[in-house]
Amino acid sequence: MKLTCLSRGKGFYFPPCHMLSVCGFRILIDCPLDLSALAAFAPIPPGFSAVRGEEDLERPVDESDGCESGSAERKNTEKPMNAEALIRSEPWYKTVANLHLWNPSFIDVVLISSPAGMLGLPFLMRAKGFSAKVYVTEAAAKLGKLMMEDLVSMHEEFRQFYGTQEFSSPHWMKWEKLESLPSALKEIVLGTDGIELGGWMPLYSAADIEDCVKKLQRLKYAEVACYNGTINIKPISSGLEIGACNWTIRYPDGTIGFVSSSEFVPGHALEFNYNALRSCDVLIYSDFSSLDVLETANKGSNYAVPEDSSTLSDLEEVLLHADESSEEMDKLKFISSCAVDAVKAGGSVLIPIGRLGIILQLLEQISVCMESSRCEVPIFVISSVAEELLAYTNIIPEWVCKQRQEKLFSGEPLFAHVELLNGERLQVYPAVYSPKLLLHWQEPCIVFCPHWSLRLGPAVHLLRRWHGDEKSLLVWEEGMDSDIALLPFDPKEMKMKVLRCSFLSGIVLKKVRPLIHVLQPKFVMLPEDFGRQIMSPVANSYSVLHYSVNETLKLPILKEDSELEITADLISQLHWKNLKDQNLSITRLKGNLVMSDARRQILTSDELSCSKSEKPPLLWGTLDLQRLLARLSEMGIGGSLQEDSVTDGSSDARILRINAPSEALLEIRSTSTLISAANEELAFRIRDAVDGILDGT
Amino acid sequence: MAIDCLVLGAGQEVGKSCAVVTIGGKRIMFDCGMHMGYLDRRRYPDFSRAAPDGDFTGALDCIVITHFHLDHVGALPYFTEVCGYRGPIYMTFPTKALAPLMLEDYRKVMVERRGEEEQFTAEHIAACMKKVIAVDLKQTVQVDSELQIRAYYAGHVIGAAMFYAKVGDSALVYTGDYNMTPDRHLGAAQIDRLHLDLLITESTYATTVRDSKYTREREFLMAVHKCVAGGGKVLIPTFALGRAQELCMLLDDYWERMNLNVPIYFSAGLTIQANMYYKMLINWTSQKVKETYVTRNPFDFKNVRNFDRSMINSPGPCVLFATPGMISGGFSLEVFKNWAPSEINLVTLPGYCVAGTIGHKLMSGKPTKIDLDKDTQIDVRCQIHQLSFSPHTDAKGIMDLVKFLSPKHVILVHGEKPKMASLKGKIESELGIPCYDPANNENVSVPSTHFVKACASDAFVRSSLSPNFKFSRRIGEYGFSHSGDTEVRPYLQVRDERVAEGIVVIEGNKAAKVIHQDELPNFLRKERHEVKFAYCFPAHSTKKNEEPDHNFTDGLQCSSRQCSLLRALLCELSKEFRQEEIQDFGEYIKVESLHVAVCSTDQCPYRVGDHPLSGRGSMFLCCSWLAGDEQLAWKLISTIKTLDLGLPL
Ligand SMILES: [Zn+2]
Ligand SMILES: [Zn+2]
Ligand SMILES: [Zn+2]
Repeated sequence: MKLTCLSRGKGFYFPPCHMLSVCGFRILIDCPLDLSALAAFAPIPPGFSAVRGEEDLERPVDESDGCESGSAERKNTEKPMNAEALIRSEPWYKTVANLHLWNPSFIDVVLISSPAGMLGLPFLMRAKGFSAKVYVTEAAAKLGKLMMEDLVSMHEEFRQFYGTQEFSSPHWMKWEKLESLPSALKEIVLGTDGIELGGWMPLYSAADIEDCVKKLQRLKYAEVACYNGTINIKPISSGLEIGACNWTIRYPDGTIGFVSSSEFVPGHALEFNYNALRSCDVLIYSDFSSLDVLETANKGSNYAVPEDSSTLSDLEEVLLHADESSEEMDKLKFISSCAVDAVKAGGSVLIPIGRLGIILQLLEQISVCMESSRCEVPIFVISSVAEELLAYTNIIPEWVCKQRQEKLFSGEPLFAHVELLNGERLQVYPAVYSPKLLLHWQEPCIVFCPHWSLRLGPAVHLLRRWHGDEKSLLVWEEGMDSDIALLPFDPKEMKMKVLRCSFLSGIVLKKVRPLIHVLQPKFVMLPEDFGRQIMSPVANSYSVLHYSVNETLKLPILKEDSELEITADLISQLHWKNLKDQNLSITRLKGNLVMSDARRQILTSDELSCSKSEKPPLLWGTLDLQRLLARLSEMGIGGSLQEDSVTDGSSDARILRINAPSEALLEIRSTSTLISAANEELAFRIRDAVDGILDGT
Repeated sequence: MAIDCLVLGAGQEVGKSCAVVTIGGKRIMFDCGMHMGYLDRRRYPDFSRAAPDGDFTGALDCIVITHFHLDHVGALPYFTEVCGYRGPIYMTFPTKALAPLMLEDYRKVMVERRGEEEQFTAEHIAACMKKVIAVDLKQTVQVDSELQIRAYYAGHVIGAAMFYAKVGDSALVYTGDYNMTPDRHLGAAQIDRLHLDLLITESTYATTVRDSKYTREREFLMAVHKCVAGGGKVLIPTFALGRAQELCMLLDDYWERMNLNVPIYFSAGLTIQANMYYKMLINWTSQKVKETYVTRNPFDFKNVRNFDRSMINSPGPCVLFATPGMISGGFSLEVFKNWAPSEINLVTLPGYCVAGTIGHKLMSGKPTKIDLDKDTQIDVRCQIHQLSFSPHTDAKGIMDLVKFLSPKHVILVHGEKPKMASLKGKIESELGIPCYDPANNENVSVPSTHFVKACASDAFVRSSLSPNFKFSRRIGEYGFSHSGDTEVRPYLQVRDERVAEGIVVIEGNKAAKVIHQDELPNFLRKERHEVKFAYCFPAHSTKKNEEPDHNFTDGLQCSSRQCSLLRALLCELSKEFRQEEIQDFGEYIKVESLHVAVCSTDQCPYRVGDHPLSGRGSMFLCCSWLAGDEQLAWKLISTIKTLDLGLPL
């Protein structure tokens, strides 16, 4: 088994991406997009909207070609970092650059662990020669499809603004243009080591999404899929999002547990089922979330690593202890109260958060908060897919946390938004220019809408509208540089309050080690950033292997021998021979080797065992000539040993001449016997005698 | 190894489904139902047989419930709360959500009726359901390290599932009730092709083969329409969940199309509540219903209203859905008492009613009077319509499923004795699969599959991995769920069966090891001994004197004469042995391990025996081969001897 980490990703929206090689099959895990890179592009200029395009007189024709102006003083001088520096062009999208180093036609299997993990799939699946089976949970497939559709529909505004698509590479990709970018933007476009330009792609179309989703292999929760009889794949809840999962990958010689970003006690999705990952041979740990925290926080100060001597049940208690989740709940409550305070003061609240779990819980919290402070303003959810998304979250009890599953059993909706929608406290519209929205629009209000990059979608329009109002509030998730994110919105006039928040998006550092202890794998593959001191395997039963981006890590062979299973029917037909001197029983075996359910099985061959395929016995040792003579004479075959011997090449042969019942000749060497006879029957009888004296099977 | 199936209920009858299966040392109870036709102790399975000492938790590894019908789940609260079973219980999400409604409804009916003593309380139901573990379809559930179970879609009612159980190498499927044709709100049963030792299937309609669903639905709609058009009242006794939604969808749709405004009522608030559940469980309905979830709840019926007891004797036509089904008591009985005496009214009954219910009495013969108890008698003058569509599979569906799964054994349950016997005969004669139809409390034991674990050397595995494709005609996957027909199409199946040949070695008490035969000498630390054969004989050629004989003494190279002889031989042999691959290597011909060459020396030691025809100038053919190819070699030699190799050319 080999692991190549293609990208460590960047938080919740851009999960890591890996390539695994198992039993000669290539397995790609996740195919995300780095949407934070949209920050390099300028949003549609103010005043333009797809529908009211004609009425719009302010369309800045002179600026539509962006960088073209001011060509003289551009040379090699870095532009200052301001709104003008952003790329004015239809955005492209940044895929995992390292993935382009692999031939898509050699990928056998793709596993998608979360809705965010599939945003790059249409690019991969439309690649020439791509024929891999793509496995994804039914729920993640549904949410992922909606996210992709929303992306395409928001992107449509750019298409309408910039007109027809540029073919080949767009002007901003030209080297001299890239050179003139401020360094922060250059880094977004080219990556820190300057090699990521190849990852940029023009967005896929709605038809590409259709094609992509059609070909997905949708799995139910914990449904086992068998690839090629050889690899059993099973998704188990990770707790990160509805439909998000970890994987167990079982092949004839071992089991791999793949841990993506996981949450033990999530507020909406089905809990991280770590029990299903117990006793894997290999655990691939791919939750980078605690590393992101590590980078900013003071390392090793405020967490206590439990002693290795802790009992398993102590460790499990650590795992299920919900401090980080109650912290999350406090955060949500705080955000809700801030939002309600803002609307009470007459301002509006914009929440461009893309995480379904956070949206659903904030809807619940804000409505509770509004109720208790007797404040009634409408809550709008604006997105082309919001209606479907909200409806869908209420029909997948199989994928929500235990606490919400109980609601199903007592006949209540899984999420409070169902009742909010009925009471019309919550209104859902596909776009900011929906006629119905304009009809019901009322400020102050609370709006949930995409996109968190603040480059496309309704968020851009609303931010422009409210950014000068000091009573309004932007609830903004950290994850990209806020200076760059807010760049297009005139920092000088930005009076709107900004509530920056970050949410839990994986296993907290102090739980990493207890988790591995509880799971008891033989090997753990950890990102090298985890540092040897944090994960030192002192006195542990498992070995730790560290991996880093774009380096292939090879796993030592797990088992000396391959395991296989033989049907009892076949075993009962075997004729055993005991070799007393070696305490051995041996027999020949013939059957069909079948790969089934990730096992090698030998089944009774159903073809007629015709005599032709009857194999001669396998013989070993040296022939005892005296015993042979005695045996032959018992059989009525007479002969004499000839004293002279023949030498051919390396070995000497003794010659035995047979004269009765008819003439024959044997050349006997240490490792072979040659029988020459004029008739079949005699030759056969001599062979029989030889077989009887030698050991064989 | 064997699988034991102890049938505690639904053996040669319909009602109180319950089978205790022992497989690989694990014991699973499939379904825990009650019998609607009995009021005494016969209403429950005889649990004492599952654990004579009363320790059910110790005796059973888990309980699996297939769906929310009372004949499958009705005894569960009694079993857990009164008998004291504490182990795990599995059912699908919808079953866990809806079973309590069914149980509570039943409990109320039972208490209402003659103030009968409660078998279990509302608290019992709640406590029992708390212990249930809900599963998704196809979810592989590891009950413990050895026992694995998995649910498959069964149609029938929302959440109904067939359950697969596997321990080690033995596996079985217990179907529960299933439907092989999709209906208005549910899809058809769907299952993978599994290797099964045993299939336990329901057989309610063991001999019925149904025609198209459309005609059957039409008959029902016509009967209802005719009745209401004549000012009559239609009573549809159903259970709150399942049939009710199906028939309601059908009527609601028809009302819409025909622009009817006769009221359709639902007797209990239960259905309104049920719709809340159905809305969240929409993923478990049919594809068509699922697609509409965003815009419209398909379970919001436009023409359906709530019914009040006071409306029983209001004038005018109406359609009323009343619980419980089969008129086994409660409100449906109350309405029946009022409506049955009028000939303009109509009562529709499902295709199957359990013995002992009023529904059953109505269906058997055409009674004009029904004795309710010794004091009450009802005049029956209304029309009776028996629904000919049912959420159960028909006989063809059962046969299709059995054929598709091809289990090694079949056990029939949940049916009527004579019909089951006939189906059993059909399964045995047409499919050649041993089939059993045990009565209640009988045990059936069938052998199970077992694999022996061994380890294998890399060389063996590699040698076995050369692809070896095989083609065979097999029965295809079911195309149902979308198209609606359960047609079984044969398809060309390609199997990659690799021929594995090797040596199994067992050293002392160690596990068996399979190695490649070339590895054996090394393994034994002994050298291999090969047995070979050789034979040299004169070629028969009538033209042997035509050429000078100077060639075969200095014949280092293949002389023209030798060559022509070999070519002639090759040509003749190819004609004689078309099925063999005969290779020409210039100096010799090769067939399998047999080499045939022109002998280059007069002193050849392999010229054993007399060769009367040979003389100076004869050419000899020197043959050699390995043990194993003797038959072929001697066959070729005897053919060669008859050939005249001088003639051609
Ligand atoms: Zn049923
Ligand atoms: Zn039943
Ligand atoms: Zn010879």
